[in-house]
Amino acid sequence: MKSLQERLGGLDAVLSARLGGTPISLQPIPGEIPVIQTVIGGREELPIFITVSDDQILCICHLWTDGEIIPEKRPELLELLLDLNPAIPLSSFGRAEGRYILYGALARDARIDDIANDIAALSDNAIDALDALSDYLS
Amino acid sequence: MSVIGKIVTLLRGSARELGESIVDANGVRIYEQEIHDARNAIAQAKNDLTGVMAKEMQSARKIERVRTEIERLENLAIEALDKEKPTLAEEVAAQIAEQEAELDRQTQLHADYALQSTRLKDLIKASEAKVREHEREVQMARATESVYKATQSISENITSSGSKLIGAKESLERIKKRHEDLADRMAAADTLDRELGAKALEIKLAEAGIGEDAQRKEKVMERIRARREAATEGKA
Repeated sequence: MKSLQERLGGLDAVLSARLGGTPISLQPIPGEIPVIQTVIGGREELPIFITVSDDQILCICHLWTDGEIIPEKRPELLELLLDLNPAIPLSSFGRAEGRYILYGALARDARIDDIANDIAALSDNAIDALDALSDYLS
Repeated sequence: MSVIGKIVTLLRGSARELGESIVDANGVRIYEQEIHDARNAIAQAKNDLTGVMAKEMQSARKIERVRTEIERLENLAIEALDKEKPTLAEEVAAQIAEQEAELDRQTQLHADYALQSTRLKDLIKASEAKVREHEREVQMARATESVYKATQSISENITSSGSKLIGAKESLERIKKRHEDLADRMAAADTLDRELGAKALEIKLAEAGIGEDAQRKEKVMERIRARREAATEGKA
């Protein structure tokens, strides 16, 4: 099986071209399973993590932690996220380990172009979502 | 219980266990073995089904042949009776009885084959469903485990790099600020270019007597004077 890095070969160039030449850095992070951190120039605070399992490629962007949500606005936010989910192209909200995430899932054999497309959409959606939902955060 | 049901139960309990897995490693191996076995069973059943269906068709053809033969013999018996040969007719009747026994046997066989093929088709359907269910179970278990482990790595990475010590709001502000800075810089460059664009600069330079343009008229005059002088000299 190809390593995740080999699998994502050329992604930085394709993604950079898609974002009008914005610098992109791909960096593996240590851990039990392969995860690649993608940093988009100018959006360093919102890196995108790419990981692969048997069946899918997941691109994950961490939005906020449980603790950052204003407690009394929490139920409203959760319902809003559910309502928003189907409306957001390519990305879905989720939660893992107490961190709220926006993620995109692709088939394992997705083309590099598709992955770049997903990451670009994810990054735009993440900034958009933070902007739209920041009233719910402290 | 459904796979999602299991995940819900684990989520309601301790999230820690989620990483330990929906189906433990041993469970996954058992499922994989079951998938393997079910696949073999399907292949075997399909093979058997082909044989049974062939036999079913053969017995159907045989039944048809026996029925035709009985009809032929009955006609012969009638003919023998017509020609007043009762002994001959009885001999034919004995043969018809044999054929009828064969017909019963073939009909029974045919029914057995039909039942067998129905059973095999049901078995194939059930095994396929089992394979799909187990595969889904293993896939989901692996996906959940993989997401959990990836999230752990990501969390550790975020914590150790200190990049997420700032909150989401602060992150957004920084990104927006950077974006605004870029937009401001571009707007400023634009204004500057309009006010002091390439042409404007050339003009200002020329006005100050700097650069090619400033001396162009002088150079032209020099050239004309030189030609005139050359012409005058030629005439003289």
